[in-house]
Amino acid sequence: MEQKPMSFMESLYLPAIFKGMAITFKHMFRKKATINYPEEKRPFSPIFRGLHVLNRDEEGRENCTACGLCAVACPAEAITMEAAERTPNEEHLYREEKYAAKYEINMLRCIFCGLCEEACPKDAIYLSETFAPSSFTRKSFIYSKDELLIPHPVNEPEKFEAAKGAREARQKN
Amino acid sequence: MTLLFTMDLLLVLEKFLLIGAVISFALVVAMYTTYAERKIAAWMQDRRGPNRAGPLGLLQPVADGVKLFFKEEIIPIASNRFLFVLGPALAMITAMLTSAVIPWGEYIEVLGRKVNLQIADVNIGILYVFGVVSMGVYGIMIGGWASNNKFSLLAAVRGASQIISYELAMGLSLISLLMMTGSLSLKTIVEQQMNGSWNIVYQPLGFLIFIICVFAECNRTPFDLPEAENELNFGYHQEYSSMKLGLYLFSEYVNMFISSAVMATLFFGGYDIPFVDESALAASWGPNLTALFCFMALFAKVLFFLFVFIWVRWTIPRFRYDQLMDLGWKKLIPLALANMIITAVVMLLIKN
Repeated sequence: MEQKPMSFMESLYLPAIFKGMAITFKHMFRKKATINYPEEKRPFSPIFRGLHVLNRDEEGRENCTACGLCAVACPAEAITMEAAERTPNEEHLYREEKYAAKYEINMLRCIFCGLCEEACPKDAIYLSETFAPSSFTRKSFIYSKDELLIPHPVNEPEKFEAAKGAREARQKN
Repeated sequence: MTLLFTMDLLLVLEKFLLIGAVISFALVVAMYTTYAERKIAAWMQDRRGPNRAGPLGLLQPVADGVKLFFKEEIIPIASNRFLFVLGPALAMITAMLTSAVIPWGEYIEVLGRKVNLQIADVNIGILYVFGVVSMGVYGIMIGGWASNNKFSLLAAVRGASQIISYELAMGLSLISLLMMTGSLSLKTIVEQQMNGSWNIVYQPLGFLIFIICVFAECNRTPFDLPEAENELNFGYHQEYSSMKLGLYLFSEYVNMFISSAVMATLFFGGYDIPFVDESALAASWGPNLTALFCFMALFAKVLFFLFVFIWVRWTIPRFRYDQLMDLGWKKLIPLALANMIITAVVMLLIKN
């Protein structure tokens, strides 16, 4: 690079310094790019893939039939499940004759690709808008059915709506 | 002992209270200057700055202080223990000492007693300021040397040579001011400015040189070579932790506050309220209220200079070491000398 000797005005430094100070002063009144995170949140993209949710139907029965397609589709092998047969007095709990007695997703293995959602024939699993879980133990990242199941739509309608998020509304548009 | 008894005990009490007030005030202001620094830096970079601790993040400096207190105190084995502890203490003490000669207001009346709002009205006020400011280099030098760390030592040597070279230009720039005022007492200088106009009108070049030198003395950007993070890791306080580090970082802000006060006093009329006749004000409102307003005026000027300190820091990159020395020795000193000669000639012309 060619280096020219400074002209007299340049060697005074001051004009350049004042120009710079004017710029920084103007920036003080600019709109801030930062979002106050826990209070404000950026809007999600319509295809955002967060933590998984196990869906229920309108009466609050679990959709999942433990077919295992999600576990097969999962490239990270994060999903494990055990199937069980529904007994006659459990008809209000599970929608079909077979259900998942145990359903676990290892959130440390999961890559949030959404293939499980695409594989599911019963619309039982989908990725929500919840994200950024934090914990001190590895074990707590293996989510069982308690953590994955969406709140009951009849008993806890508000929590159900919150867990559902704005996703369905956006997908309809 | 007889001296102590013949002295006015009330005067001693009064001075103690004043010293306590000035020092605690300086510390609180320095504390919130750290907050202002972070906030303004954030705004200038289109960020928000600390806003979590308390409303608007106002408790942030308290949280920082508490954090520093609870950090582990480490004294390296290879260091010189005595000097290692002495360094930050010296830095802090010299930072506070200068506040003794600054007049914070005219006087207030407490229980029929006239209390002068200046800790010590010494007739060599400016010389005292210079003496104490040049002591400030010992805090850096001793701290850097006692750490027994090459980076610390390098930074300390840089700092020492920088402060010594800029002190020259600083002194020279003030000589022209002193030729005009004819007094070294800061109180007299302020009173002259209250009756006439501010010294900045007569000495703009002197002020420019002075403010540049003050930036160098305070180790503020663009002259923050002693603590150049990316060149010397952390500078002379690299080996320090806990509150000793806190004292070093804090003394910088105390220094900023005090030198802002010195600049306001010397060039911007000190506690003079612009366009207001203070003696008429004192006649109608009483001395206490007037003193309060005078102090507010001084404090507003100080706040402005603190803002300039911060503003410059977040605008200008650091000087290279040779550029720093060039600026100090080849530009500022000749300029200050020329300013001195011009002032002398003009004064002689006016006199005749």
